[in-house]
Amino acid sequence: MLERGLEEKTYVLNLGPQHPSTHGVLRVELEMEGEFITKADPDIGYGHRGHEHMAENRNYQQFLPNLGRVDYLHALAYNQCYCMAVEKLLGLKVPERAEFIRVITGEMNRISSHLLWLGAYLLDLGAFTPILYCFDDREHILDLLDRVTGSRLTYCYYRFGGVPQDIDEEFVAGTREFIKRLRTRFRDYDNLVTKNVIFIHRTRDVGIITQEQCLEYGLTGPMVRGSGIPYDIRRSEPYSAYPLFDFEIPIGSKGDILDRYLVRVKEMEQSLRIIEQALNKLPEGPIMAEKVPKRIKPAEGEVYAAVEAARGEFGCYVVSQGEVKPYRIKLRVPSFANLSILPELSVDTLVADLVAILGSIDVVVPEIDR
Amino acid sequence: MINYFKEILVGFWSLLAGMAVTIRYFTKPIVTVQYPRQKLTMSPRYRGHTEFVIDEETRTHRCIACEMCNRICPSQLISLQGVKVDAKKKLPSRYIIAYQYCSLCGLCVEVCPTKALKWSDEYLLCGFTREDSEIDLLRRLQDQQYAKGWPLTPIPRPKPEEPAPAKGEEVKE
Amino acid sequence: MEFLTQMLGADVARMVVGLIAIIALVSVNALFLIWMERKVAAHMQLRPGPMEVGWHGAVQTVADAVKLMGKELITPTDVDRPVYHLAPIVIFLPVLLSFLVIPFSQTLIIRDMNVGVLLILAFASLTVLAILMAGWASNNKYSVLGAIRSVAQTVAYEIPLLITLMSPILMVGSFSLADIVAAQERYWFVLTQPLAFILYIVCATAETNRAPFDLPEAESELVAGFHTEYSGMKFGLFFLAEYTNMFIVSALATIFFLGGWRGPFLPGIFWFLIKVYAIIFLLMWFRWTFPRVRFDQLITFAWKILIPLAFANLLITALIMKLR
Repeated sequence: MLERGLEEKTYVLNLGPQHPSTHGVLRVELEMEGEFITKADPDIGYGHRGHEHMAENRNYQQFLPNLGRVDYLHALAYNQCYCMAVEKLLGLKVPERAEFIRVITGEMNRISSHLLWLGAYLLDLGAFTPILYCFDDREHILDLLDRVTGSRLTYCYYRFGGVPQDIDEEFVAGTREFIKRLRTRFRDYDNLVTKNVIFIHRTRDVGIITQEQCLEYGLTGPMVRGSGIPYDIRRSEPYSAYPLFDFEIPIGSKGDILDRYLVRVKEMEQSLRIIEQALNKLPEGPIMAEKVPKRIKPAEGEVYAAVEAARGEFGCYVVSQGEVKPYRIKLRVPSFANLSILPELSVDTLVADLVAILGSIDVVVPEIDR
Repeated sequence: MINYFKEILVGFWSLLAGMAVTIRYFTKPIVTVQYPRQKLTMSPRYRGHTEFVIDEETRTHRCIACEMCNRICPSQLISLQGVKVDAKKKLPSRYIIAYQYCSLCGLCVEVCPTKALKWSDEYLLCGFTREDSEIDLLRRLQDQQYAKGWPLTPIPRPKPEEPAPAKGEEVKE
Repeated sequence: MEFLTQMLGADVARMVVGLIAIIALVSVNALFLIWMERKVAAHMQLRPGPMEVGWHGAVQTVADAVKLMGKELITPTDVDRPVYHLAPIVIFLPVLLSFLVIPFSQTLIIRDMNVGVLLILAFASLTVLAILMAGWASNNKYSVLGAIRSVAQTVAYEIPLLITLMSPILMVGSFSLADIVAAQERYWFVLTQPLAFILYIVCATAETNRAPFDLPEAESELVAGFHTEYSGMKFGLFFLAEYTNMFIVSALATIFFLGGWRGPFLPGIFWFLIKVYAIIFLLMWFRWTFPRVRFDQLITFAWKILIPLAFANLLITALIMKLR
């Protein structure tokens, strides 16, 4: 037994499904040589709930709450994407105020998602404190969104043709205050994390993704932007009220973890800019499109709508056959494509690096499984 | 050689800067709420579970048992039965939500033609059995009326020949 | 006391009383440190920490200890039984023995040996044996990885630890801890040896396996490292040993750099404990601020930065001592 054991050069290490740093129920089967990984094989499907199939058995409105549960961290973007797809099918024009509200709440949600990522990622790297600061900030966002949407995590707020409830003065004032607050907090994050020599050494030159790999694997979101490709659906295929705002697409240069980290942090700052502009320009008017049919029964057709979610491109492909139920809904989730590069990135790295890489991909496992 | 020392010094300085952040927060007051002793007020739109709006004038609910909420509910968790009290008017004799299936989407509240539903601010929603999470809105309404000293809305009895109430779990078109 | 002295002779009686005192100190210290750690962490993270049991949760750790004792000692199948059961004891014994030579105040020292420093360092390196035993015997890949890391780490960090301590020893000319404290009558060595102090703190953090060098039990990588498979009070012993180790390295730092029990007004023991807990607070402050270093970086850091700097410091000290 012993002799045979010594002859074998590699062994299998099972990372997950219950593991502190797999963020949910992701299992990664690692083939290791000492502390080095020779092969990593992510195993998904533990959180499969069949959202796409559920869509086929419900009418259009009834599928709305499901979207908040695909990616629970940036639920509003998913809501918006599905609403956009069905609005396209129905030919609805969303009033401007509703679009502004969608942008404001959606960007708030993006910040909250990135904040959670920031905290959880540093937890992966072994820093325990930043997550509590991030949650402190995130709590303010949740409180504000709670005022508007009524829920704190799995939002179900957008409707076909607009939003059901208007935002109030208190929300606007609270948001302005929050923007000020978060901007001062970024300095602390900088000192605590970004400039920290240990953090920089952990993340620099680790998990480099080249631009070719990005295209090959169909990566989206901060993953491509970290590698220097300025691909952001808010800019490349503008939707909602995004063309009206002035914001930058932060990009990295090398494509390592540090770049992806910086891209996300800068994105939060840009989101703050967008929210600020939207609050300043917020038009008066209706929040729901006129003539929204009570019974949603779109004409036959197929549409695809895509939004820039916190993790990348989220697409919703809806096929209608002119019935009350959709014929098929396909959800294109960013985490699934983004995770596919993990095996290639993790070859010849340490377990510690694998954890860092996995964290930098920012997967939401239930989203992969759907 | 200079780079070697410079890197050490810069790294050391960055560590000190990080420590300055944590020690500053160390002296700041805590931000968490000590839950059982302190409680937060729920925001006005907080979604607990649905309950009947009590009309200030009639001092009762506005439900007409039209079953719109029942039809739109994604989880089909509303078990609703109406009784015709006279030729025009229909009142609910049974309105129970199986709250454990609720995804708090708010479609029932929005679809209601008489705006009879609203969100409660209940958040202590835990129980030991599955039945604990089934909420009878009519009884809840009576409790609220009793608390205010208002006359209770009687729960009309369904006529015996009527078919058994529709089960909440059945999928409806 | 007198009865004991008569029965066993002064020397043995001293040992017995000393050991009992040490065990009491170790337990109380660990309970206090765990509470302190939780409080420090909590307040750095803007939360109150344990508040329920006792004043500000002061008895919380006692409750936790009782819970740990009440838990079942699970022995997984396929573990190497003798080694598996022995490891928690082996990790705890050297930690206990290290207290023998620590001067808590001018008179409060169980045994003043002329090789006190060496004794403590020798015992400190024994803990790595226990960690290796625990990791290997657990028959768990995560545990083995943690144990191997621990060995490499301790071997790498013991060298700079000893070398940095050599500088004050050169100044004093004695390995006895009491002598070292006595030599700091006029000024603390932290003033003349600031670099050595910083290096020592870094090495001590690594030696006690605490963040940012907590690789053997890096929870986001290795779940719980070498003590993954231990439950109940066996896990409690590892925990106890970790916190006691913290006390020992902090006590060494106090003795070597902060003048030991010296201080105005208060009795020596109080000064000693205040200084020790100040150093422990520093270690906790590190833990709740920094991310974890990577394994290869840890080793690189030891060999490329710590050891050269420690040698340079020793060389300069030696030169100055010679020229003076």
